[in-house]
Order: sequence, then structure tokens, then C-alpha cells
Amino acid sequence: MANPGGGAVCNGKLHNHKKQSNGSQSRNCTKNGIVKEGQQNGKPHFYDKLIVESFEEAPLHVMVFTYMGYGIGTLFGYLRDFLRNWGIEKCNAAVERKEQKDFVPLYQDFENFYTRNLYMRIRDNWNRPICSAPGPLFDVMERVSDDYNWTFRFTGRVIKDVINMGSYNFLGLAAKYDESMRTIKDVLEAYGTGVASTRHEMGTLDKHKELEDLVAKFLNVEAAMVFGMGFATNSMNIPALVGKGCLILSDELNHASLVLGARLSGATIRIFKHNNTQSLEKLLRDAVIYGQPRTRRAWKKILILVEGVYSMEGSIVHLPQIIALKKKYKAYLYVDEAHSIGAVGPTGRGVTEFFGLDPHEVDVLMGTFTKSFGASGGYIAGRKDLVDYLRVHSHSAVYASSMSPPIAEQIIRSLKLIMGLDGTTQGLQRVQRLAKNTRYFRQRLQEMGFIIYGNENASVVPLLLYMPGKVAFEACMDQRHKEDQRTCNGFTVMRSIYPTT
Amino acid sequence: MATATEQWVLVEMVQALYEEKEELIEEWQPEPLVPPVPKDHPALNYNIVSGPPSHKIVVNGKECINFASFNFLGLLDNPRVKAAALASLKKYGVGTCGPRGFYGTFDVHLDLEDRLAKFMKTEEAIIYSYGFATIASAIPAYSKRGDIVFVDRAACFAIQKGLQASRSDIKLFKHNDMADLERLLKEQEIEDQKNPRKARVTRRFIVVEGLYMNTGTICPLPELVKLKYKYKARIFLEESLSFGVLGEHGRGVTEHYGIKIDDIDLISANMENALASIGGFCCGRSFVIDHQRLSGQGYCFSASLPPLLAAAAIEALNIMEENPGIFAVLKEKCRQIHKALQGISGLKVVGESLSPAFHLQLEESTGSREQDVRLLQEIVDQCMNRSIALTQARYLEKEEKCLPPPSIRVVVTVEQTEEELERAASTIKEVAQAVLL
Repeated sequence: MANPGGGAVCNGKLHNHKKQSNGSQSRNCTKNGIVKEGQQNGKPHFYDKLIVESFEEAPLHVMVFTYMGYGIGTLFGYLRDFLRNWGIEKCNAAVERKEQKDFVPLYQDFENFYTRNLYMRIRDNWNRPICSAPGPLFDVMERVSDDYNWTFRFTGRVIKDVINMGSYNFLGLAAKYDESMRTIKDVLEAYGTGVASTRHEMGTLDKHKELEDLVAKFLNVEAAMVFGMGFATNSMNIPALVGKGCLILSDELNHASLVLGARLSGATIRIFKHNNTQSLEKLLRDAVIYGQPRTRRAWKKILILVEGVYSMEGSIVHLPQIIALKKKYKAYLYVDEAHSIGAVGPTGRGVTEFFGLDPHEVDVLMGTFTKSFGASGGYIAGRKDLVDYLRVHSHSAVYASSMSPPIAEQIIRSLKLIMGLDGTTQGLQRVQRLAKNTRYFRQRLQEMGFIIYGNENASVVPLLLYMPGKVAFEACMDQRHKEDQRTCNGFTVMRSIYPTT
Repeated sequence: MATATEQWVLVEMVQALYEEKEELIEEWQPEPLVPPVPKDHPALNYNIVSGPPSHKIVVNGKECINFASFNFLGLLDNPRVKAAALASLKKYGVGTCGPRGFYGTFDVHLDLEDRLAKFMKTEEAIIYSYGFATIASAIPAYSKRGDIVFVDRAACFAIQKGLQASRSDIKLFKHNDMADLERLLKEQEIEDQKNPRKARVTRRFIVVEGLYMNTGTICPLPELVKLKYKYKARIFLEESLSFGVLGEHGRGVTEHYGIKIDDIDLISANMENALASIGGFCCGRSFVIDHQRLSGQGYCFSASLPPLLAAAAIEALNIMEENPGIFAVLKEKCRQIHKALQGISGLKVVGESLSPAFHLQLEESTGSREQDVRLLQEIVDQCMNRSIALTQARYLEKEEKCLPPPSIRVVVTVEQTEEELERAASTIKEVAQAVLL
């Protein structure tokens, strides 16, 4: 079976679209327009399994149509703006108050061009409200727009039992209440919902201590600290670890929270190409040999920021190579496991387990509880002196409220399930089933000829559409499937365009 | 074409350079990732609360009356709020597993935004899943590099982080000093006349808090609104402490002064104080608020608020709307304890009589901040022994722009009875006398 992208399928395996890096010397390979460099630095490494990742490029006609699509959209945008300015077309957007018309405009015209003209057309794909737990099947509220997406109206109907492929509910732990969640009910009734104080003042509950001990045990490290919000964990703790005079080496495709944390810290930031250890090594060498720009003084410390699994590409970080580099150049490593904790690795312990490495080799292990554990919040784990320092100096511990008790209890329950401490093997079974489902789904999509990015073991599957028009078409097909409830379940996936993550 | 000797010299030089570089890499020693923290650092050993942080709180094993948590309306252990959260837990589970754009929007969130907008009488509201992130994401969404922000010196840390993230020009004015603010605005006007083209695209903002967390004082909003129209700057009001406290119906400092809500461009508050939930919200006109749905970092790039917390907030709003009398009760209690704590030798009360969270500072500092902190901690510990739970106001000393002096923060809630207030006042008086004299 040949697929439109080129390349043949035989024995169920797709050939010549995958670049397999297996530890030999660097080689550049160009096949069907893909250039992927081998990622070795000539040193012996600890990981012998094949890393199978693919970032296939689109065929030429797709690229041409995509650019044409954006170009036509922009032209129409200019036309509509012109009509709106001259009053020929009614302007549906909200406007500034009459009394403040002579103030400096709050938004520059061009800033909003994209929002007004391109995003508005296909806005109904996002922010879809649901009214049930985000389990494998959920209920979506039906929403229509009478004026081309400027405003929405709920019809009151609920589309029931839609297959959910859009929520990050990897292990299915965010589900409707059942008897196993009785401890959460008890904690809610005993403790209430809020805390109304910070960790340093009166906000540290015994539940938080219990949770932190459990997280440290789960990750097999010395200590851990939990925070109320995953985004805030990054943006408030990176400034506590590094400051002026330090260097941050951050991956090209890092999440907005890592970028914000790096910016707020005041350190110098240098970007290396996505998952490219050669680019990282070059930056490290230059940093250590030449020191700070202008003054040539040595850097105080160097921190490498990477993620475990990248949510928009589905790639997994090349951890063994990065750890080898970090040891040689004495840098520190910060791994953000938001999408990989609980989802990757034979028992769900994250990328360190996936590669068979010791978690003590990573200096700062960070993760969130939103995705695999079905709660909210984040943690930072590592050596005891690191966690003690963060207890004293983290911005979140001093100024932001601590985690809500029922949320903490949900995380404790999920952790116990995954670790098997509740006496069943349900947790392990879920992790293994997730791995199997991921591989099966990716393989089938590739067989059907779609372009999928990323590592075969990453549960986030980016399916490239390229053209903005296709995004809207998908939504239309979605709708049709959903209406035809008797014969098939509708399904729903997530479409991403700027500025999402 | 170099001769053989020249080529050999070049090769040697390159090799020597390479070896030198390897040596530099070997020799370089970075600082440790974190400097060691002394074991007896006051912030390292938290007070552990066993059980709910409600009116009667068990701190480090001892039962005390809670004068430290911001539970102004006593809703943390209200059975109706807990029942609403429980109903939501039964229907939705705990987590939302996604940001608002990706199937993380539940009908509870839309409901809460609707209710908040109606309560505050604005067009629209937007909720965030963390109180700190609310104002820290709202400011950088509007104010960018090149814009000018006039902010009060006593602004809280979340506002400072928002300003830092926005990369705008920051001009600090003296706390609650409108003359100083007017001076800065006039200076800016003169600058504008020199360069009118740049002035036409530079946005100006004034960021103030309704009730300041660091000083317990209220901002002079009527004068600010006058300045706003005179110098054409937009006002962002942070109402974390005043939402649910000031005003006849608890709508905050705008209701307290009787100012039209449309005059304030953006009101931001967190739901962790009066509403006894977690998270925060911003409200205002749709023209302003809608922008944050695509450019508020804490909104777009973060998971949404768990539905049980949103349901708890909705029920808390219901309770607030049903008994508007509690705000007057709270005000009376604040006045009572404010009066009772006057005249303690060695400590002075900092904050207005209608602020439920005020500070007790040392009348005369010993000269070193560490010594002051230790004295105040002594007072707090002794009060704790006598069953009054207090806390010092905590700051990150190296990170704050204008570090406030060390103080003890006292929080008044509706649940405290009059005799408990009297007892607390007399305990603090006795302990202060014992420690400071």
C-alpha cells in the first residue's frame, strides 16, 4: 500500500519515513526532502534502544496551498478592515468607551489583525464547553453562532458520549465520582476547599506534607515540594534558582511557562535547536570557554531547560546524551515532565525511567499533576538541599496560596494507584495499556498516510493539517459525526494554531 | 601555499589551542546549584496545620483561634459551600485535564464568570486557576515594552512580577501620595510634548490596590479617577483584599466610594480570601477582558480551575448576595480590634480601621532587620502558646522592590466573637510588654 506522502508499507512497517538513530557516527541523511542529523557526540552512551522519531516534511503542493490559504485570508482581512473602517460593514467587535476615545488606543491595529480576521473565522473550534468529567467519553454542549463566530449561543442540547481524544487525561484518572474516591469526599468535608494562606504563614497542612513525601517516594528522590499551579511552578521557581550572571540554555520549543520563568530570572538566555545535542554542545563549549559576553568573566552557573515530552511535537528529549553533556561541562539540568510523568516509562515514572537512568542524575525534576493524575498543581523534586532552598526562597511559598486539600487528596490517591500501594495492579495496567494504545494509534495513522510528528512512544500525537481551511473542515465533519449518534459515536480532537500549547 | 614548516606550525597552534580549551573546560567550577540553607532558618520550619484552617485551628498540635488565615467571611468551613463542592465532585471528578482552549472549559466555569460579572455589574469576567497568576498575567497582556506604568510603592509581589514580565517603563510613586503621582504624570506630559509621535502610541497605566496588603491602607480612588481623565491613563485596580469586604454589598472599593465601575478599566481580585476557594478573576468591559482570552499567559497556557473549586466559589457568591449584612458586621469587628490594639507600648498599628488585615510594627526598630524579625517571632510564639494563632508577614527580602518593615499581620474574620477579639488584644498587649521591655 503506497501512501500519498511517498514511501511503502510492507509487513505493517512503514519504511523510509523514519530516521533511526542507533548510536553510530553522525551522518546526515536526506530522503524525500527530510534532513535529519544523527545526534551523537562520539561518546559511548548508555541507551541502546532505537529512538524512533519522525518529523516528516510536507509535500510541496501542500506547502504551496498552505501559504496561499494564509495569503488569501490576509487579503480578505485587509478588505474587511477597509469596509469596516468606512462603515460599509457593521463592526461586531467590542469598542472603546466614548469617554475614553481620545486615550492612546489599548490595542494596536495590527496586533489584533490576526484575531479579528483569521482567528474569528474558525473560533468555534476552541473553548468548547463540556458538561461532564473529561473521561474517555464525555458530553459536549452544543453551541451555534448566528453572526459568524462573533457571539455564541447555547442551544441547550448536549451531545452525549463523544469519544474524547482532546483532553490530557492519559491514565483516565479524571473520571466521575465512584466509591474509590471516597477519601476525597471525606477530605473535602473535613478540610473544606480553600486554604486562605501561604505556605510560609498558615497554609501548610498535614496533607501537603503527606503528599510531598509520597511524591518523593514515587520519583525515587530525596525530597519534593508541591505548588498550587503547574504554570506557576516554573515561572516562580526558575527565578529562585538562577539570577543575573547565570546562563540558561533553553530548548527552542519550550513551553511558555519555562520561557516566562527564564525571563523573570534575569539570567542570560541562549536557545539551542530542538532536541539537537550538537547545537547544545556548541553552546556549552562557547559558554565555558569564553564566559560572559563583554566582561569575559566566568558564568556563575549554567542551567539547561528541557521538557520530557514536548506537547506540540510529540518528541521525547534525548536524555542520555544531554546527561553526558551536562556531566562533562558541569552544567545543571532542569527537566519539565508535565506531559511525561505517569505516561512514559514502564511503570510511569517519567523519562528517566524510560531511558533506564537514575533520577539522581537530573538536578531538578519538575512536573505537573494536571495530566496523568487528574488534579491540578505542580511539583519540584530532587536533592534535599535543593528542596530546602526552594522552601525558603520560592516565590510561590511566600506569596501564593498553597494547594487545596481535596486536590491534594486526589493526587495522593492517584499516586497510590500508580505505585500499587492500594493493593491492586490497576495502576500498572493503565500505564501499560496507555503505551500499547499510543503505539497502535500512531502506527495506524501512519499506515493511513497522515503526517505524524514525534516519537512513537509519546502519547501526544500531532497530526499535521497545514492548511487553515482544513481546520474548519474538520470541525464540520466533527459536527456531522456528532449528530449521527445512532450509528456512530462522534469523536473530537484538538486542533492547534497559534497561540496554543 | 604554505610550506611544510608553516603547515606544521599551524597544526601545532591549533592543537595547542584545542588543548587549552579542554583545560579551560576541566578547570571551570560553577557555583553549587543552591547555596546551603542553615538548619535553623526561620522560614525552613513551617507551621504545620493539622485539619482545616478554619476558625479554631490546630497549629503544631496546639489548638488556637485563627488570626492568621485570610478567611474574612468565614466561608472556609461553611456547610453550603462544602455541599456545592461535593455535588460538583460527584458530577465532574476533580481535574479538568486541559487548558480552557482544549476542552477544559466546563459549564461551571462559564457559570462562575457570568455570576461574577453580574455581581460586580460589569460586562464580562475571566477566571484564572491561581490567585497570584491573575494580576501577574493580566498586566503583561496589555502593557508591553515601551509603555509606561505608574505603580504605588507598596504594591504587592504579584503586581511586581507582572510588571517585570511586561518589560514596560515603571514609575513608582510614594504610597497613596496623589501629589507625587501628579508630579510624575506632569513630567511625562512634558516628555510627550517633546516627542508627540511616540506619545501617540505609548499606553499609560496606573496600577493600584484597593486595600494594600503590605500596609492595610485604602487607595484614594476618586482622586485617581480625576487624574485618569486629566492625563489619559488607564486604571488597573487590584482588589484581592477589598473584594467581599468593602462596600455595602461587598463589591469592593468602587462601591465603597460610589464610583461608576466603568471608570475603572480592569478590576482583578483573587478568590482565595473572601470567597474561600482557589483562583482569581478579572472583570471589566468586554473590550478589555476579551483580550486576555488569547494573550493572558496564565489563562491560555495553564489548566483550568478544577470544577469543584468553581462550584464552591459560586456558592460563596450566593451566600454573599443573600446576607449583605455580614459586611457591616466585619467592619464593626475590625473597628473594635483596631481600637483595642491602640496604645500597646512598643508596637504600633499600621492600617486603617476598616481593613480586616492590618499590621503591627515595632515602634522603634532595633537597627537590624534580623533582630526585629526575631523579636516579633518571639511575640508570635508566645501568643501561640496562649492559643492565639498569629503570623509574621513574610517577604522575600532580596526580591522585593520596596521592602516593608517586619511586622505581625492580624486578620479579622466574621467568625471571631467579641470576647475572642478582646482576649486576643489583651494577650498581645501582655506578650508585647513581656518581650519588648
